[in-house]
Amino acid sequence: MKKTSADVLPAEGGLGDAPLLAVDNLHVEFHTRAGVVRAVNGVSYTVGPGETLAVLGESGSGKSVTAQAIMGILDMPPAVIPQGEIRFKGTDLLKLSEHDRTQVRGQRIAMIFQDALSALNPVFTVGWQISEMFRVHRGMSKSDAMKKAVELMDRVRIPAAKQRVHDYPHQFSGGMRQRIMIAMSIALDPEVLIADEPTTALDVTVQAQIMELLAELQRESQMGLILITHDLGVVADVADKIAVMYGGRIVENAPVYDIYRAPAHPYTKGLLDSIPRVDQKGHELYAIKGLPPNLLDLPTGCAFHPRCPFRQENCVTDAPPLYEISGTRGSACHYWREVLDGERR
Amino acid sequence: MGRYVIRRLIQAIPVLLGATLLIFCIVFALPGDPIASLFGDKRPDPAIAEVLREQYHLNDPLLLQYWYYISGVLFRGDFGVNFADVPVSQIMAGKFQITLNLALTALVMEAVIGVGLGLWAALRRGKATDTVILAATLLLISVPTLVTGFVLQLVLGVKLKQWTGADIFPVAGTFAGWRSYLLPGFVLAGVSIAYLTRLTRTSLAETLRSDYIRTATAKGLSRRRVVGRHALRNALIPLITFLGADLGQLMGGAVITETIFNLQGIGNQLFMSVYLREQPVVVGIITVLVLIYILANLVVDLLYAVLDPRIRYE
Repeated sequence: MKKTSADVLPAEGGLGDAPLLAVDNLHVEFHTRAGVVRAVNGVSYTVGPGETLAVLGESGSGKSVTAQAIMGILDMPPAVIPQGEIRFKGTDLLKLSEHDRTQVRGQRIAMIFQDALSALNPVFTVGWQISEMFRVHRGMSKSDAMKKAVELMDRVRIPAAKQRVHDYPHQFSGGMRQRIMIAMSIALDPEVLIADEPTTALDVTVQAQIMELLAELQRESQMGLILITHDLGVVADVADKIAVMYGGRIVENAPVYDIYRAPAHPYTKGLLDSIPRVDQKGHELYAIKGLPPNLLDLPTGCAFHPRCPFRQENCVTDAPPLYEISGTRGSACHYWREVLDGERR
Repeated sequence: MGRYVIRRLIQAIPVLLGATLLIFCIVFALPGDPIASLFGDKRPDPAIAEVLREQYHLNDPLLLQYWYYISGVLFRGDFGVNFADVPVSQIMAGKFQITLNLALTALVMEAVIGVGLGLWAALRRGKATDTVILAATLLLISVPTLVTGFVLQLVLGVKLKQWTGADIFPVAGTFAGWRSYLLPGFVLAGVSIAYLTRLTRTSLAETLRSDYIRTATAKGLSRRRVVGRHALRNALIPLITFLGADLGQLMGGAVITETIFNLQGIGNQLFMSVYLREQPVVVGIITVLVLIYILANLVVDLLYAVLDPRIRYE
């Protein structure tokens, strides 16, 4: 008999104290001809049911690679996971067989991608692509699955879903396409949803609608949401907590309110300072100096030290651990106190 | 869609006229006198020669001659007669069938072997299978048809029969039905098989790297379904062009293969007719080839729309 996802992992409850999803000391490397690219270097975070974790960072910070490692959609090789665990309801996904992993993917943990136009298959109708989830994973007939697809399109508020279910992705606007992606990802009521920059390719007004939709769906289903973004504006509204990534590490994690009030890492502070503000119109925009680190050859000590205004001598030699500031907050900066104080002054 | 087909067929008319006129002029410009060659070594009686010239309109201006010809083709489906008064359509009839059989055999082999090997190589990228397939295609591209033809004829046609006693691949001629076309079909398709293998490999590999394949994987689909349903249809689209354009190539370029395997096809006939300056036969064959080429391209364009919904014809 074929194993279903319920056989692989407990369905509901039985969670105890374990978080819904826990990434623990994850390392991901890419073995390329140019050398070993250390994309993720010991990332840990957790998400609970109904909780939203925003993972913040610039391109190449390892935030997407971490997400792809959770989904198990990294190309291996070249990607290698030398150490770390990804525990879903207490089970380490990295130890599952490929077949068992496939049962988790899409059904228990789902993902939506940045550019819905390229992420949807151009030669199949959107209805076909959504209903595929029901046909393949639930063994539904074509017509039943299609009805479910229409229901889902209604649920993500696509107008005239019944007619549009037979249209192709290129016949939809950007926002509608992202709604289709969302409909596809929540088809089987996943417990964790990973959204990889879901609004980056969209207009600002549409961005807000999509974020609102995600928040609403999450309230209804109590799924854990990992929101990957480089847009601080998106984060403030919906996230419960934030993990800021730099050079493949988490440099600061904290409840969203704490971070906005007073960042405890120079990089976070730089990010917040570079948001344009109406009350400073006419002033030059603040930008963090320098370039993102080369993952082939990470700087010694703290990866942020070449760009850091708080740099001291030991930053060049000693890599800072994630210092615990409070029970829910950490900063990977030797001088987090100075950074915090500087803000409060 | 219907309107598109009609428009495409109307567009084909100037192409057909242009191609035939061009061939007509080239054949006209060939040195030598077709009437004189009718009489072989003897000198024709000037009076008789003059009558013949008059009969075949050889004294008329070039454009008028072309008009006589093309109006016959277009309005009466009449390809004219050669200088022995045998209708050109009769000369072409059986030969086109042979060449068409040969070309279609080659096309099927291309599609099956070329696409098959290409898919296999793409799915085993960087592994030994991939390397071996790539090396084999390189060999096939580098060796001329003349060599593959004779070698395969000797090894599979002659030696295999001597060793096993089984006559699987006939050496030449068309006496063994469809089996007669296997060996020449492969020789004719050889280079195209190699190109198509490489094209398929690249196309599938590229498709497998695209975002929607990542999405399909993230949906929890099996590898088989991701490749078979989601990648394959996208990867096939560029191959259709190659196959369609190649049909014309296979029909017209079979002279060497037909000679090696003694197939009395259109390639052979074309070669002979050019040699004998049988102007009406040469132009007739070219006209039909151009037509086939145009139709093959039309079918390709229509197939595009079937495979890729982003293409719509107004």
